[in-house]
Amino acid sequence: MAEPVSSAAASGGGRLRNAFGGVLCAFTLLLIGVVAFSIRLFSVIKYESVIHEFDPYFNFRVTQFLSKNGIYEFWNWFDDRTWYPLGRVIGGTVYPGLTLTAGTMWWLVNALNIPLSVETVCVFTAPIFSANASWATYLLTKEAKGTGAGLMAAAILAMVPSYISRSVAGSYDNEAVAIFALIFTFYLYVKTLNTGSLFYATLNALSYFYMVCSWGGYTFIINLIPMHVLLCIVTGRYSSRLYIAYAPLVILGTLLAALVPVVGFNAVMTSEHFASFLVFIILHVVALVYYIKGLLTPRLFKVAMTLVISVGLAVCFAVVAVLVALVASSPTKGWSGRSLSLLDPTYASKYIPIIASVSEHQPPTWPSYFMDINVLAFLIPAGIISCFLPLSDASSFMVLYLVTAVYFSGVMVRLMLVLAPAACILSGIALSEVFGVLTRSIKFQLSKLFDDSSAAVSASGDSGPESSTNSTKSENRNEKSETAPKEKPSKKNRKKEKEVAESVPVKPKKEKRLLVLPFELSIMGILLLIVLGGFYVVHCVWAAAEAYSAPSIVLTSRSRDGLHVFDDFREAYAWLSHNTDVDDKVASWWDYGYQTTAMANRTVIVDNNTWNNTHIATVGTAMSSPEKAAWEIFNSLDVKYVLVVFGGLVGYPSDDINKFLWMVRIGGGVFPHIKEPDYLRDGQYRVDAQATPTMLNCLMYKLCYYRFVETDGKGFDRVRGYEIGKKHFKLTHFEEVFTTHHWMVRIYKLKPQKNRVRGKLKKLKSNAKTSSTLVAGRKKNPWQ
Amino acid sequence: MPRATSDAKLLIQSLSNAYAATPTNLKIIDLYVICAVATALIQVAYMGLVGSFPFNSFLSGVLSCIGTAVLAVCLRIQVNKDNKEFKDLPPERAFADFVLCNLVLHLVIMNFLG
Repeated sequence: MAEPVSSAAASGGGRLRNAFGGVLCAFTLLLIGVVAFSIRLFSVIKYESVIHEFDPYFNFRVTQFLSKNGIYEFWNWFDDRTWYPLGRVIGGTVYPGLTLTAGTMWWLVNALNIPLSVETVCVFTAPIFSANASWATYLLTKEAKGTGAGLMAAAILAMVPSYISRSVAGSYDNEAVAIFALIFTFYLYVKTLNTGSLFYATLNALSYFYMVCSWGGYTFIINLIPMHVLLCIVTGRYSSRLYIAYAPLVILGTLLAALVPVVGFNAVMTSEHFASFLVFIILHVVALVYYIKGLLTPRLFKVAMTLVISVGLAVCFAVVAVLVALVASSPTKGWSGRSLSLLDPTYASKYIPIIASVSEHQPPTWPSYFMDINVLAFLIPAGIISCFLPLSDASSFMVLYLVTAVYFSGVMVRLMLVLAPAACILSGIALSEVFGVLTRSIKFQLSKLFDDSSAAVSASGDSGPESSTNSTKSENRNEKSETAPKEKPSKKNRKKEKEVAESVPVKPKKEKRLLVLPFELSIMGILLLIVLGGFYVVHCVWAAAEAYSAPSIVLTSRSRDGLHVFDDFREAYAWLSHNTDVDDKVASWWDYGYQTTAMANRTVIVDNNTWNNTHIATVGTAMSSPEKAAWEIFNSLDVKYVLVVFGGLVGYPSDDINKFLWMVRIGGGVFPHIKEPDYLRDGQYRVDAQATPTMLNCLMYKLCYYRFVETDGKGFDRVRGYEIGKKHFKLTHFEEVFTTHHWMVRIYKLKPQKNRVRGKLKKLKSNAKTSSTLVAGRKKNPWQ
Repeated sequence: MPRATSDAKLLIQSLSNAYAATPTNLKIIDLYVICAVATALIQVAYMGLVGSFPFNSFLSGVLSCIGTAVLAVCLRIQVNKDNKEFKDLPPERAFADFVLCNLVLHLVIMNFLG
């Protein structure tokens, strides 16, 4: 807030106004933080203070371990409760940023004698960090376009639905802290670029370290910043500040990244990071060129230029050749599957079914853009234009960030999250620019109205109005959040709005002398913009309250006779933890692995950390095999219980039958005797009377629909919307031990091997089998 | 060909002339940078001969040298009187930043050395 009025700051009144503006700005930021925090509490209010979904349960479990055993035990933690019989080295395969953050917060709070449980701290980590993220957005936008734009962007980011979807209370996932780290790293980069201070460069590297700790998305930073540096060099904007901003970051950042166990030597070995090294070299060549240019006369410089360029090119080519050789010698060509699917969107669905099977790795649909960033989608173009008007290093960075983020969000729904901050920043810039123009012209017209001889005022009007812009803006915002739910204007207004938003910032800048719009038009424009903001706020609150707050372990549905709560998951996990032996192994599809280990404390075969495709394929094969073959597979894995999720009775669509095709595909990818066409009738997936016999006899079908006909006498599946194909059957190798209240989770026990068999032939066969299983059974479990 | 050699001669001459005019403190920094880069090159050559087995040691050795060089270049940019951009940055502040950044760098290096 300090700089906009500094031209007029000589007078005492100016200083007072300055101080007032600073206080107002701080207060607004505080309010923005409160909004960011409290809009994410709907899930706690509507449901309860629980950890959500799947991955957060794992993070929660790790945090519990950390707070109980300390940091050194954590680094060395070998988890024998998952991926039985392989186990998993947690300390070396997890991004520790989130866990360490929450662990530190818990420790701090307890040191202050505030007895909070680890779970409470975990639940509220995400909202706290989204408040931090909106402050970081303020700082970043302020570096690019001044305080007003910063406040606007922070307010928009505080409630952007895309970010809310990942950071509601209880959604304790890496992204919750990573987005803050991302924005803050960008802020420090831009700050270093603007000031050229080594101090900020150091901070930048440390903040990058935090980002590397938190999320695999750090590769976005380490590719975006080199891209920006390259852009600056190519467009002739090289400065020594650019060198100070980039060169220390590469060295320090690489070293710091290599300290994180999960990244380790990948920081210098994989091609995701090579771009930064290449740009590092290019930057040095360019720096040398500029240095020599300063020393020499232009004529001599030309001679030197050819020399330096040729040497530099030779070095570059040598490095590229070495890198290419290195990359080509590694089996995956140095790219991890996820990164490859970013560059070639069809890669994953072609080669890696396990990546393709996750819904958040699919490309987004158009409505999801509107859902997640709403009106921002229309404001972004205006923001881009106003970034270009006086193009600075910082604003070109914003534009580049936006463009890359749009591309990545188009590849994966999940990366919409990276787009959200960019969209917020650019819309904030656009809105504040428009407000600036409109309020300025109002002020000008008013002063004209009051005294006709205002020729002098128009000249001085250019320097003053910024401050009034800021204050009106923050007032506008307060007004907006209060009045928003009441206003419901027509759609036509909004369309007009868009036009105003896009056209206004362009027009006045072209003719610097005539910065004035007609009085009525500017009033209208401001009103319409406030209405637009109102729409946005209403949408965000709706999204936070209705769309993104469901914890997905507790489900609710509203019907005529009131609210129904489906708490079947926790019921099942509680049953497991109370009624089974501590060392029993539970098999389920990988989605439920994290929850089973965290809530039931039982060993699982596969979980959501899908690091071993073969192991998952084994479970998939078992699920898609007939009962006996499946029993053999499970028995060989020492499995005692099998857990399936079934939504047919209550109409819960993301159940195992709907996921079943992925089990077949993943299983068939490793074990070729499982063939997808066997489960499809004429290319259609169905479980009714027309389903294939393979489908009707596979284990998944049987475990899901066992005794299902007893519920309504017909076996009507509410998710698929028809009666099931095979209604009356018995299980030979499994027995049902528990089915939850709404049948959503069903747990089966593997029947023990039969002692006595009738008939000679069978006897021979089973003799052979028993002996083999006996051998398997005698094998000592190495993990106990 | 003779023209090219005379050009090169002229170039080197004028370069050395121009360089002779730089202040002594900048020259010291230059020497420091050259020293660091030379050390890095020696390490790379050694790695080529012996192999990169304790890879973290090699990495921290080389990156420590390059990092030192880069930071020294940054310092040089900041204390250079010819750079108009850093006019209001006192050399003491620049040196303090340099020391801080080096401290962080070498703490990390020590941690990484293994």
